[in-house]
Amino acid sequence: MTSDGFTRRHILQGSAAATAVVPGLTQAAPPARSVSAQEGSRMMALDMKVNGRDVHLQLDPRTTLLDALREHLHLTGTKKGCDHGQCGACTVIVEGRRINSCLTLAVMHEGETVTTIEGLGTPERLHPMQRAFIVHDGYQCGYCTPGQICSAVAVLEEIEAGVPSHVTQDLDHVGWSDAEARERMSGNICRCAAYPNIIAAMRDVAGEDKA
Amino acid sequence: MKAFTYERARSVEAAVKAAASVQSARFIAGGTNLLDLMKLQIETPAHLIDVNHLGLDKIEPTQEGGLRIGALVRNTDLAADQRVRRDYAVLSRALVAGASGQLRNKATTGGNLLQRTRCPYFYDTRMPCNKRRPGSGCGAMQGMSRSLAIVGVSDACIAQNPSDMAVALRLLDAQVETMAQGGAKRTIPLADFHRLPGDTPQVDNALQPGEMILSVTLPKPIGGIHVYRKVRDRASYAFALVSVAAVFGQNGQARFAFGGVAPKPWRTDGADAAASQGAKAVAEAALAGARTTPHNDFKKALLRQTLASLYRQQEAQA
Ligand SMILES: Cc1cc2nc3c(=O)[nH]c(=O)nc-3n(C[C@H](O)[C@H](O)[C@H](O)COP(=O)(O)OP(=O)(O)OC[C@H]3O[C@@H](n4cnc5c(N)ncnc54)[C@H](O)[C@@H]3O)c2cc1C
Ligand code: SF4
Repeated sequence: MTSDGFTRRHILQGSAAATAVVPGLTQAAPPARSVSAQEGSRMMALDMKVNGRDVHLQLDPRTTLLDALREHLHLTGTKKGCDHGQCGACTVIVEGRRINSCLTLAVMHEGETVTTIEGLGTPERLHPMQRAFIVHDGYQCGYCTPGQICSAVAVLEEIEAGVPSHVTQDLDHVGWSDAEARERMSGNICRCAAYPNIIAAMRDVAGEDKA
Repeated sequence: MKAFTYERARSVEAAVKAAASVQSARFIAGGTNLLDLMKLQIETPAHLIDVNHLGLDKIEPTQEGGLRIGALVRNTDLAADQRVRRDYAVLSRALVAGASGQLRNKATTGGNLLQRTRCPYFYDTRMPCNKRRPGSGCGAMQGMSRSLAIVGVSDACIAQNPSDMAVALRLLDAQVETMAQGGAKRTIPLADFHRLPGDTPQVDNALQPGEMILSVTLPKPIGGIHVYRKVRDRASYAFALVSVAAVFGQNGQARFAFGGVAPKPWRTDGADAAASQGAKAVAEAALAGARTTPHNDFKKALLRQTLASLYRQQEAQA
């Protein structure tokens, strides 16, 4: 701590303090689809398709998508790192796009399709990106890995779709390069710094590994 | 998070009406700023109105030859739009310089404009902050002010506006279209949208309570060479210390807008007028009346050097 009461972490992280608590997400209340604004939080019904399966939940509207996946659907592959969108450990794919599941409410995803690390592949039938992470040793402690893999899968699709990035030289010609992959993966922090091997795994799956 | 109720609005009119009828209601778009602040109980709305399903996610040409960008267009989609890439490249560049791929997939045009400051004392509820708790004092002024603003500040607050997108929109003379309580529409030039703190730093912008952003319009393309240069503590996924949006035209003409240095996207007539005299003159004109702290005084030199680098790059390409 500095004399001002700030940790170095606060300053480095663009100052979003990582001190949140998420109290009592499971208070019992009568299930209801509509809520009245005068009363406090009420449970709400939610239908989603998660990893190909229809799920039905009763949730306090405060429940983030991350907590719904982990605490209610017991899909604990998706990790809670900072809970403030700063680390990327909670990355999942919703309606085909990678997002931080910690910064979105589950009830905002009524009727939507969610893919987590468990839905990409299974130990018996690995997704090519999962296999590449193993082959290239793209992790050490493994905590950030589910988020890294979900992100990496989506990054290759974003490049394919021509979405530009900060390092794209010509906005009209978007293609693979190591620099593109590094920039696009910057929303996924790895405390063990497995970055070079993550890029190697992505390069492999992108079919750019011939060199 | 404090308890709240949630509804998915069915129409723009219904959303605006709901905002008027419930005290401390908030619209929620991407949620990437609002939920962050709600977890820290800096924002404590009693009711959330989800505006994601109102058809405000389109980019359309205007009669004047510009573009109308729906308030719910995601930052990723705006940056990738062919017309934006071709005619307003500075906007694409600014967008992809902000946040991360995951966040840009959620962040919306309206929400990005309304994101709150990243002043560390605003975020720390144990600290005094006039923006978070009016009258409590400013923790930053005598504290860690390295990231904060150096122009347009007041005795009450020196917070910076953190948006990259807004800097490009300011450069392009964008306008914000809204619907206020009662359903009346109005148009606010981006120049007048964000406020300087004065002695009411808790008010960030010109919106009335319950007023909803419907879209942002861009005038017809101005041509020129578009650049956005952002300087930050790491190469990606960090807020700007300083940023420069510029469009270089013919005969040494250029226009500039600046991020990271002011409580709003910063643009001055003087800086544009000084374009032909080079980086030093532009920086001086942009930062006229600057009021720095020992922690953030370096931003003056950083802005000058950033401009100098942009000029060198222009000359090399000419
Ligand atoms: C880790 C991290 C890093 C980031 N880095 C950057 C960066 O480098 N550069 C940058 O520019 N940004 C950065 N951001 C901020 C990000 O761009 C914003 O969080 C995002 O743009 C907000 O958009 P949203 O749609 O999610 O807004 P929300 O969180 O949904 O809403 C924000 C505010 O706007 C209001 N609102 C939303 N839509 C409307 C509407 N249509 N009408 C009226 N009110 C509305 C809400 O009530 C709320 O008060 C970062 C964020 C995080 C978490
Ligand atoms: S600079 Fe503004 S936001 Fe930061 S502590 Fe002071 S009053 Fe609060």
